[in-house]
Amino acid sequence: MREDFPIFERKIGGKKLIYFDSASTTQKPKEVIDAVASFYKTANSNVHRGLYFLSREATEIFEATREKIRKFISAEEAREIVFVRGTTEAINLVATTFGKKFVKRGDEILISEMEHHSNIVPWQMVCQDRGAKLKIIPVTDSRELNLQEAEKLITKKTKLVAITHVSNVLGTINPVKEITKLAHKKRVPVLVDGAQAVGHIKVDVRDLDCDFYAFSGHKMYGSTGIGVLFGKKEWLEKLPPYQGGGEMIKQVTFEKTTYNDLPYKFEAGTPDIAGVVGLGAAIDYVTKVGADPIQRHEKELLKYGQEALSSIGGVKIFGRTRNKTGIISFILERVHPHDVGTFLDGEGIAIRTGHHCCQPLMERLGVVGTCRISFGIYNTKQEIDKLKTALLKARDFFHGTN
Amino acid sequence: MEQTKELYQETILEHGQNPRNFGSIKKATYSTEVFNPLCGDRCRVYLKTDGDNIRQVSFEGQGCLISIASASLMTEMLGGRTLKEASEIFRYFQGMVKSGNLRKKIELGKLAAFSGIAKFPQRVRCALLPWEAMRPFTKTTKYI
Repeated sequence: MREDFPIFERKIGGKKLIYFDSASTTQKPKEVIDAVASFYKTANSNVHRGLYFLSREATEIFEATREKIRKFISAEEAREIVFVRGTTEAINLVATTFGKKFVKRGDEILISEMEHHSNIVPWQMVCQDRGAKLKIIPVTDSRELNLQEAEKLITKKTKLVAITHVSNVLGTINPVKEITKLAHKKRVPVLVDGAQAVGHIKVDVRDLDCDFYAFSGHKMYGSTGIGVLFGKKEWLEKLPPYQGGGEMIKQVTFEKTTYNDLPYKFEAGTPDIAGVVGLGAAIDYVTKVGADPIQRHEKELLKYGQEALSSIGGVKIFGRTRNKTGIISFILERVHPHDVGTFLDGEGIAIRTGHHCCQPLMERLGVVGTCRISFGIYNTKQEIDKLKTALLKARDFFHGTN
Repeated sequence: MEQTKELYQETILEHGQNPRNFGSIKKATYSTEVFNPLCGDRCRVYLKTDGDNIRQVSFEGQGCLISIASASLMTEMLGGRTLKEASEIFRYFQGMVKSGNLRKKIELGKLAAFSGIAKFPQRVRCALLPWEAMRPFTKTTKYI
């Protein structure tokens, strides 16, 4: 698998690159890089606009990818797939338009304690704007969502529940289907932040029955700058447009504009066409490898990684629920995560350190930040062995002078 | 490893793990807290002055080795100086951590241990964090 990713030919400080930051962004397989380059080399033109051959061809590729995504996440119709810049933009799109239309003074939006800032701040902004209140589902000591509390927190006042599918810090896979059921009992729609899920676990939006699902291309082996918002058509039809511009209109006069149909109503301006092409190639790649083998591989690395880290005295791991993706957050006692990160970098190992855009969760965990390793399909057990050796070295280095 | 050692010099490791002047100053003339949103680290600096003279400096907070060591060495360096001297040291220190050049114009003493940090641009901010708290007193403008 590793040979599919050209970046691993690179050496960092004379050492083979060990990349443990896939939760931040995955590396790209040759197929994706080639697809993007090939589009620019042979097919570049704008979509839905030109009458000429190239534009027709680009439009066909573009729309075929939309259909590919529909199938990939099991949506009902291709018009429920909206292209955006990434998960953040997808959530902002829903927060802004849903807020404008449906949220009033005294209403509530329900999120959880383990959200990424991108699934906190847009809702906070809506609440500020509309005079609504942000409510929080707490995280249990076993680092899972407290479902009993969630049920109590969904009330008549709740206008929307926004929840992450997989925590980017803990790797916890949340029971999104159950939460959707709870919310739907009270006719409350649910948005799922799928940034850490798609490409790692099988995602079926019809099975989850969520109303909105947001994800990014670059966290599932695609290029940066492209993402997807899935929305049930009943909801997308009810929402006002997000941005104004070309493509999202039917007819424009200075007096009045009529808006385009789904999904174009939400796709103002020239989209990231090459990004869409790359995303299509990423889906082909992930499908070729297979959802089950990917999940099995990550699970194996997770188990191996947790055992390796636990065997190091002074390492504390956060979040050890059974239902997890390949993400491990930990600290090395008495050493600041940034110092660990810099030390490992010197050994050619890339990990993420800090608050991971989850300051409220850090507060709940009682730390300023953590070290995080996250796996992709290219990682190996040998790399985890090297990480362990490096961490032991780091411990000696930083504790040695005490 | 060699580059890592260049960053974490003995002085930095030692001061980072056993910081001097850690704690508050009762009846401080000034006290300011600074925060690094990138990592969540915070540092509060206390200053007791007598006219233009700095009588005592201390700090509290949590942070990485680099920022704690920088705070500790800063308090050692600035105690007993005038505010004018402090702002000169601050300016030279700021220039050094960003460029890696040690200029002889001013004796930076142990603070020279930070000269290796320029090769780690993501960590420059850690070294400057406690000094940021001194900005209002020393009237030092930002380097970048």
